[in-house]
Amino acid sequence: MSDLDRRKFLKLAGLIGITAAMPFSFARAADKPLVVGFVYVGARDDFGYNQAHAQAARIIRSMPNVKVIEEENVPETSAVQQAMEAMIRQDGAELIFATSFGYFDPHVLRVAQRYPDVRFAHCGGLWDESKHPKNVGSFFGYIDEGQYLNGVVAGHMSKTKRIGFIAAKPVAQVLRNINAFTLGARSVDPEITTTVIFTGDWSLPVREAEAANGLIDQGCDVLTCHVDGPKVIVETAERRGVMSCGYHASQAALAPNGYLTGAEWNWETPYRAHVEAAQKGETMNNFLRGGLAEGFVKASDYGPNVSAEAREQADAVKASMIAGEFTLFKGPLKDNKGNVVLAEGEALGQTDVVLEQMNYLVEGVRGDI
Amino acid sequence: MPGLPTVLSIISSFALFVLFLAFQGKPAFEALALVFEGAFGSSFAWENTLQRAAPLMLTALCVALPARAGLIIIGGEGALVLGGLAAATLPLWLTGLPPLATLIAMGMVAMLVGGFWIGLNGWLRQKRGLNETIGSLLLSYIAIALFNHLVEGPLRDPSSLNKPSTVGLDYSLMIGMISEDSFRVHWGLVAGIVACVLAYVLVRHSVKGFALDVVGGNVRTARMLGLPVNRLVILTCVLGGAAAGLAGMYEVSAVQGSANASLIVGYGISGILVSFAARHNPLAIIVCATLVGGIEASGSLLQRRLDLPDATTLILQGLLFTNLLAWEALVGRITQWRIRLEEHANKSKGAEVQHG
Repeated sequence: MSDLDRRKFLKLAGLIGITAAMPFSFARAADKPLVVGFVYVGARDDFGYNQAHAQAARIIRSMPNVKVIEEENVPETSAVQQAMEAMIRQDGAELIFATSFGYFDPHVLRVAQRYPDVRFAHCGGLWDESKHPKNVGSFFGYIDEGQYLNGVVAGHMSKTKRIGFIAAKPVAQVLRNINAFTLGARSVDPEITTTVIFTGDWSLPVREAEAANGLIDQGCDVLTCHVDGPKVIVETAERRGVMSCGYHASQAALAPNGYLTGAEWNWETPYRAHVEAAQKGETMNNFLRGGLAEGFVKASDYGPNVSAEAREQADAVKASMIAGEFTLFKGPLKDNKGNVVLAEGEALGQTDVVLEQMNYLVEGVRGDI
Repeated sequence: MPGLPTVLSIISSFALFVLFLAFQGKPAFEALALVFEGAFGSSFAWENTLQRAAPLMLTALCVALPARAGLIIIGGEGALVLGGLAAATLPLWLTGLPPLATLIAMGMVAMLVGGFWIGLNGWLRQKRGLNETIGSLLLSYIAIALFNHLVEGPLRDPSSLNKPSTVGLDYSLMIGMISEDSFRVHWGLVAGIVACVLAYVLVRHSVKGFALDVVGGNVRTARMLGLPVNRLVILTCVLGGAAAGLAGMYEVSAVQGSANASLIVGYGISGILVSFAARHNPLAIIVCATLVGGIEASGSLLQRRLDLPDATTLILQGLLFTNLLAWEALVGRITQWRIRLEEHANKSKGAEVQHG
């Protein structure tokens, strides 16, 4: 019985497939636009990580002589290899933005080896000149600068001196954000503590809501987070009448009262750089990094209830960051177990890769890795 | 007509899918054509489809084999992740063997762990009276939690910074494609097909398979006949779990290169759909896994060409599953009705004879 189905099915599938495949192979003969593919790990409208990428992709779509193709909800399995190959083989993509960290090794590296003429720009990976292909590049932003600014504003606004931070996993990028936020808040008032809850994964809305309620019950009056979609957390904070700082994209629309500010990506900058380089045929920039000054990240507009002092100090810090005069991680710095991690006089510049390997929480953070 | 509900549900769910898209003002027939093009329209589409189908064949067996004995096991995901984890960590302790021997050992240990996990379900059901559906689901959550704990804790490679993983496999332990140039699908596909064929022989052409049908059909009859019910039930669970564990091993050694959270992407869940669509027939699993793999593969094309959201193919899969259940219930009802009619006819015929 099942054999018969299959045969029928194959015949039909083959017929439709062949007829449908015909016109597309002729389509790209003439003066062709640059086909740019975007692959996202989640939904494009998640009010978070993927939305930040999709927003920038929409801007790239309006660039001259560029055709954008997108695919969302692609897991970090062989599915992403298939998705990238399909973009190349079925749609003629010449530049692919792989936007999730877990796409890099082995997926992007493997596909890049097979298609040396296609450029692969990956978000967050550590490209290594000695072992990785030249048609692969990594780009990332120093969003901890935005988190520091969040901390400054939250530090001014908090009355209970307790701030809640809901984080996905205790990995380097997340720890760096928690630490930057805490340093910002404690630059206002060293009494402030940040209580961290790790949910265990990048997108667990139910657990994030539970964590948000738990932190508010403990007396936290500002919440912030590092998860893929801050939507639930910001909404919960608003409903419970506490303040929140956003992350990834602007969540201001979700919390018109309590939203203070947010650390947002501005992926347009690295995207544009890669697209322009590809259009001009320049060699690929394999390691692209930047912060506020370079326009890789930005801060959300201040919410209506942010006080004048808070705005003033945050603006001052922002100006000195943009001028390149600000060092975020400098000694003396202790972790929250009392060990010295940076001695007096030591300072780490933003480009220092040591920061991308962070494995501690600074003094003032309540929580364990 | 065991395949009838499947065929009917495929037809009706595609019809509903077209209606659904048309209702939203989307180009429905173009979308349908793209589904076929993306799934089966070119050799690349076939590779794409089969690559996605490969793990589903193995995880579907984890549902299909226990189902022969009347169990509904839905916890294949847990067996897959633990099998993958075992396979990824074995080479750290077992050094000095040639790559092929290590790979075989990895496959064995993955099957052992997966088999143990689902076997535990069978044991709990037979010996402790625990509902196997709920039990397997809960055990699967436990397996995933255990996996996360080990991968992010004791077994984590310290150099895996933002994506906790176990230590990467040596290059010699990576399973390649069946053919690098002409058929780029990894060897997991062959394993899946072989496993399905073996399972088919077991359930259809062996004494054990016949005994299983008796157990699945009516457990009291089986007990009365003196069949070792407990042993048979646990055996199907162990075999099913071994298949899912093997799927985990292939994900590690053919795709990921280490065990990490990317193993938990729902292969075990999709396997349930495949097995039900195949009506737990191991050979039909090969076809149905290809169909589901094809639908997933075509989602990619639908998004790129028509800007439809990813959920489009999920809707198609959901339609397929609900239609399947609906048709199965309906066909079952009709069959029962026919049997009753025939009985009735026989009875009245008998009565006539008596009268005559």
